[in-house]
Amino acid sequence: MDNIIEVKGLKKKYEGFSLQDISFNLKKGYIMGFIGPNGAGKTTTIKLLMNLLKKDGGEIKIFGQDNVRYEKSIKDRIGFVYDNSEFYDELNIRDVKRFVAPLYSRWDNKAFEEYIKTFNLPVKKKVKDFSKGMKMKLSLALALSHHAELLIMDEPTSGLDPVFRQEFLDIIQDFMDESKGVLFSSHITSDLDKIADYVTFINNGSIVLTSSKEEVMEKYGVVKGGKDDINDDLRQKLIGLHEGKFGFEALTSDVDSIRTRYKNLVVERPTMEDIMLYLVREGKGNV
Amino acid sequence: MYKHRGYFMNIIISNSSVEAIYVQIVHQIRKQILTGDLYEGEALPSIRSLARELQISVITTKHAYEELEREGMIETVRGKGSFVARQNKELLREKRRNILEGKLADVIQEARLLKITRKELQEMLDVLLEEV
Repeated sequence: MDNIIEVKGLKKKYEGFSLQDISFNLKKGYIMGFIGPNGAGKTTTIKLLMNLLKKDGGEIKIFGQDNVRYEKSIKDRIGFVYDNSEFYDELNIRDVKRFVAPLYSRWDNKAFEEYIKTFNLPVKKKVKDFSKGMKMKLSLALALSHHAELLIMDEPTSGLDPVFRQEFLDIIQDFMDESKGVLFSSHITSDLDKIADYVTFINNGSIVLTSSKEEVMEKYGVVKGGKDDINDDLRQKLIGLHEGKFGFEALTSDVDSIRTRYKNLVVERPTMEDIMLYLVREGKGNV
Repeated sequence: MYKHRGYFMNIIISNSSVEAIYVQIVHQIRKQILTGDLYEGEALPSIRSLARELQISVITTKHAYEELEREGMIETVRGKGSFVARQNKELLREKRRNILEGKLADVIQEARLLKITRKELQEMLDVLLEEV
């Protein structure tokens, strides 16, 4: 069993929004970034993975097993990081621990205490008085303290300062080995993208692309040039074209042919942010 | 920087470089092998620990190692890791020669682009040979 997460033809319909035919796999030993703009369907998909919502169709397998049928044993092996502080508002860290520890068969008290110390979390304060970053750190500490094999994180870096985001990367890479997996969602392209092995990009409830980050970064390039450089042949190769007063910018998946045929254009290596931006812009143009 | 048996194997990743990250790794490790900073038979960091040190994807470090294997620079033994390939001195010299020729070919192309004549180029080379 190679895939730690398998999602096939997943569907969920709401009024005014639907997830359509979501399919992607995460192989063991790898980190996947699940990215897309706000309202694209990331949190809905993650809630479906965690069986916090009922799907309308499709299949979800985690550790090779159906996520509804084997919910209990699967969740025992997942560290789930999300903004769940509302459950614990009136509690302090000790109370939270007393509440959460019995839920997991492999709860590791020592590990938890270590994380509380490293994360500098206040022991006596009530969770409702925590900052957003502190709440996220608490969620992370809970997720990492029961020998999980899979981390599923919904917007984990929101509210974290740049210094901790850097430490966060170390924590995630230390967690990883050949038998584990990480899925995190993000609406901003963040530092986390640096360590992602795979990216799945979702927009308007559909998957736009799912592939290794390496492949995506090599496939696309950002093209820039003067307005008079644009012709019909070039236009066909451009994604999310933006024409300004002094020139144009666009994404392309035809890097090689543009480099050879249009020598006066600038073709740059894209960032994940570029790719997301231009693909979303292209999507809007098509509607 | 990855500390390596006394020698510091340096790998510096530039995010603003036009070169893909895996290419940057290939170039830097290859250079350190060819200059003898990394000895033959020496163990390289595992794919995962290199990825962790550089805070990049394991797919990228794997890609870099695969490329170095293809070039015969390193060897990977399943379950044991990757090592600087044993290569005889002749072969190594030959490889370095090939790399040098490649660089000269780049220079020639650039010169053609700038319409520099053979004579001018030879003169440039002579001057530089005196200076450097």
